[in-house]
Amino acid sequence: MREPRGFGAALILASLIPATYAVYGLASDILRGTRVFGSNPIKEAEHFLGEWTLRFLVLTLAITPVRQLFKWNWLARHRRTLGLFSFAYGLMHWLVYILLDIQLDPSDMVADIIKRPYILVGSLSLLLMLPLALTSRKAMIARLGGKNWNRLHKLVYVSAVLGVIHFWMSVKADIGEPLIFAGCFAVLFAHRLWKWRAARAAAAA
Amino acid sequence: MIIGRPKDVKSSEITPESLYLNRREWLAAAGGAAAALSAVGGSAFAQDPQPIGKPFGLQPDDKPTPWQDVTTYNNFYEFGTDKSDPAQNARNFKTSPWTITVDGLAGKPGKFLLEDFIKPSTVEDRIYRHRCVEAWSMVVPWRGIPLADVIKRAEPMANAKYVAFKTLMDPKQMPGQQLGVLDWPYTEGLRMDEALHPLTLLATGVYGRPMPNQNGAPIRVVVPWKYGFKGIKSIVRMTFVEKQPKTAWNVSAPQEYGFYSNVNPAVDHPRWSQAKERRIGVFLRRPTLPFNGYADQVAALYAGMDLKKFY
Repeated sequence: MREPRGFGAALILASLIPATYAVYGLASDILRGTRVFGSNPIKEAEHFLGEWTLRFLVLTLAITPVRQLFKWNWLARHRRTLGLFSFAYGLMHWLVYILLDIQLDPSDMVADIIKRPYILVGSLSLLLMLPLALTSRKAMIARLGGKNWNRLHKLVYVSAVLGVIHFWMSVKADIGEPLIFAGCFAVLFAHRLWKWRAARAAAAA
Repeated sequence: MIIGRPKDVKSSEITPESLYLNRREWLAAAGGAAAALSAVGGSAFAQDPQPIGKPFGLQPDDKPTPWQDVTTYNNFYEFGTDKSDPAQNARNFKTSPWTITVDGLAGKPGKFLLEDFIKPSTVEDRIYRHRCVEAWSMVVPWRGIPLADVIKRAEPMANAKYVAFKTLMDPKQMPGQQLGVLDWPYTEGLRMDEALHPLTLLATGVYGRPMPNQNGAPIRVVVPWKYGFKGIKSIVRMTFVEKQPKTAWNVSAPQEYGFYSNVNPAVDHPRWSQAKERRIGVFLRRPTLPFNGYADQVAALYAGMDLKKFY
């Protein structure tokens, strides 16, 4: 299949839907007392944005296997869009936590960093995405050199693992949803491992 | 600046119940944003009841939490782990006829129909502060009878030091019990002096109405100075025992949930602070009070105990 017309624009518009919903819903709930996000809108929107961060990360990492499987090489150029959206959702998740959830309470911030490992793990996961977002422009690949750029962008795997651990540690007892994300990443990682071993075997032969 | 919920939310601003309850599903659908926009202009919600009852330990800025929040936002893992799940999945939960077994170290054990269990006592409406271990809180107009009443009628023996409770075990009706999230059925317990305390309620309703299924119908425990999970729901068994009984969350994660679980801003949960809480419907967080504001009435029960050790 060739790239459908307007695919890039449609992808961006679709990716903006959850963010629009989150901003609109949260603003309406806080300022007008609606219940778009239910009775505890700040927590709910925070979780909503966190889950979308992981969803976009899954989609980002799914691009390469899907491209190879179906020979849709045009998909490659959209990986950046999805990766940047994952970062943007992660950033919004973090901003809701800092500004609306703990409301910039300095004692909470310090205690959360020292005493609560899942906050640290989540922050690290987001922080590792920052250099990837900053080097996402094509010009940066040329500047860093393809090999270095590739090596740097392997950080996305660490970020994904930390993201799932963060989600897993934050739930009270129901690990169903974190488990689904763990399964998605496991499949995507397994595909890469398989490709890598096949390439090595071919090189050795 | 306090950004709160306006006193009179226009009915046109309230998400219709059907949309609200199905939110999870339609969020997943691609049309989520469009549906959200249209929800605001949706149809009117049925007239909500007004809070009634005598306030207990309320602070000057404590206002009863709206009926819609009390009845659609709560934990009842037997009906799902999402806080909107109970309202959705408990709709057809059958609570009549309902029998309660009283056994263990009691002079008058027995099996009682709920009506007979309640009848000898006077039902009261009381407005209590409610603090969840997850750091959110409400103010709830409960209806019920003092737990002490039924304990006295059971004539516990001298060596009965604790009361243990059990929730109904019925995975067909309670889909959450089909998942191994907790060790079902849910169990809870109180020390005898806690159980006999005049603030401890066996609640049979909220807002002057019979207990909604999702809130623990037909009968549940309410201990306002403890975290919400101590308030075991849909009780079928009450057992007098000598040794501290097992409690569901303590079995699940002993380092996170103690037997006592008194509200205590000085003792953090390992994964979050307990110093502050978010009152449902209020933007700014507020400090959490020792024993959830009931220290004058109950602190003496724990005199000499290290509350960091007995959390």
